[in-house]
Amino acid sequence: MAEVVDVNKPLFAGLSDVSIAEDIPVEGDIAVPVRSQSGDDEISTLDEPVKDTILRDLKAVGQKFVHVLYPKKSSALLRDWDLWGPLLLCVTLALMLQGGSADSKDDGGPQFAEVFVIVWFGSIIITLNSKLLGGTISFFQSLCVLGYCILPLTVAMLVCRLVLLGSMEVGGFIIRLVVVTASFGWSTFASTAFLADSQPPNRKALVVYPVFLFYFVISWMILTFSPSH
Amino acid sequence: MANTDFHLQFQDFGDDADLMGSSTGTTRITIDDHTTKPQKQRRVAGVVEEDETDPLESDDTDKLLSGQKKNAPFWTFEYYQTFFDVDTSQVKDRIIGSVVPWPGKNFVRFYIRNNPDLYGPFWICATLVFAVAISGNICSFLVNYGQPQYKYVPEFRKVTIAATAIYSYAWFVPLAVWGFLTWRNSKISRTVSYSFLEIVCVYGYSLSIYIPAVVLWIIPSEPLRWCSIILALCLSGSVLILTFWPAIRDDHPRIVIAVTSAIAVLHVLLAVGCKAYFFSTYEALTTENAPGPASVTKGFLTTKAH
Repeated sequence: MAEVVDVNKPLFAGLSDVSIAEDIPVEGDIAVPVRSQSGDDEISTLDEPVKDTILRDLKAVGQKFVHVLYPKKSSALLRDWDLWGPLLLCVTLALMLQGGSADSKDDGGPQFAEVFVIVWFGSIIITLNSKLLGGTISFFQSLCVLGYCILPLTVAMLVCRLVLLGSMEVGGFIIRLVVVTASFGWSTFASTAFLADSQPPNRKALVVYPVFLFYFVISWMILTFSPSH
Repeated sequence: MANTDFHLQFQDFGDDADLMGSSTGTTRITIDDHTTKPQKQRRVAGVVEEDETDPLESDDTDKLLSGQKKNAPFWTFEYYQTFFDVDTSQVKDRIIGSVVPWPGKNFVRFYIRNNPDLYGPFWICATLVFAVAISGNICSFLVNYGQPQYKYVPEFRKVTIAATAIYSYAWFVPLAVWGFLTWRNSKISRTVSYSFLEIVCVYGYSLSIYIPAVVLWIIPSEPLRWCSIILALCLSGSVLILTFWPAIRDDHPRIVIAVTSAIAVLHVLLAVGCKAYFFSTYEALTTENAPGPASVTKGFLTTKAH
């Protein structure tokens, strides 16, 4: 038996050189389901209290927010994609962009539906673009990443609205400009960190540019938000 | 040694059905030659070498090979992937080539080389749409900055107007030019003819000069604007005309003049139209006749002579 093991050792010795990336956090349930108190073998999320379900999803969304705020090379966002976070962020952003220049039916700021369409339609086009250029990322993973990386811009929108509550003219504008520019850079950098690896190497710039344009347009909408006095 | 001989010889693609099937750029490792480059790149390399030897006579083989490339049926994803088969350096070269009119280098033959892409036209048009809308907005803000009744409005509706105008120019004018050339093709035989996608490519890339021009228009100085518009028109218009000249020069002289001037006039109309609509210094744009918010509309109706 010992000889068999020794003979096998050189065959599989190469496996020890395979490095498993240590920054990939292991998540998910691999436990044997023994949760239910009634001893029922069937486990289903229909049996758990609603609070558990909601909290689990919220925790997953919150975890991804943290990943966006500190973008290091991790694949957590890609593996467990969900679209709740992007939806939440998009609705928050669209709501906050309302209430500006209220007397203008036309030529005013973007309406709620327009923001929604820009964010989702823009994400879909960018995803299609990266897939057509030969990217290996899946459709919903890319939507998920692009949606989550709107988080810095949503935070900037909050800050802008707070700044606009004061009445400084030029100083307020400079603060808003700095904040929006910083969050634009952050969003682009974060999404590039997640998306860049899935592209063929000689087309990276072709894929990053539309992302840059997308976040630039959203930043422009945030910066030009002017509330009605 | 065997490799260079392999590259210099005419490559026989006749009987390899797998070759066409793998046109999506997957790497095939063949054991008999020690190269592991994707088959597609080798095939393109073969086409490029042929192109450089006889530029305009290889039309038949070019057509044949370009037909071979897009072999996937049009309802599959791979068919559309063949239109995005460009690298960053290629896109950069195409943009530079569309700005610098070089009489020897026909844009289609030299830069596109039977690999028309939709990436360039689409994203250049998208950038131009947003550049025009944003620059127009900044310009009207700067012009009206000092006035007390002026309330800054981000004119978001202009984005849709700009998008409609620019995308229809970038798609319908090539359609018209291609249709016209195809119709004339039946009357006279010509040596050079372009496919629809190549014409779309030319028009799309020729719009790229307008992006820096539009950004320059933010500065509210009329002479500067006219200078930049004329310069941009000259550069991109000459690239367009140089591209289409070989295709129409065999025709009846009056037709030649008509087509050339039509191409030039449409190009001028787009540029001047954008400038007039988005960068007007006469603020009669948003006239609201409703008697409600009178103070805001008064601010918009003041004209400012330049």
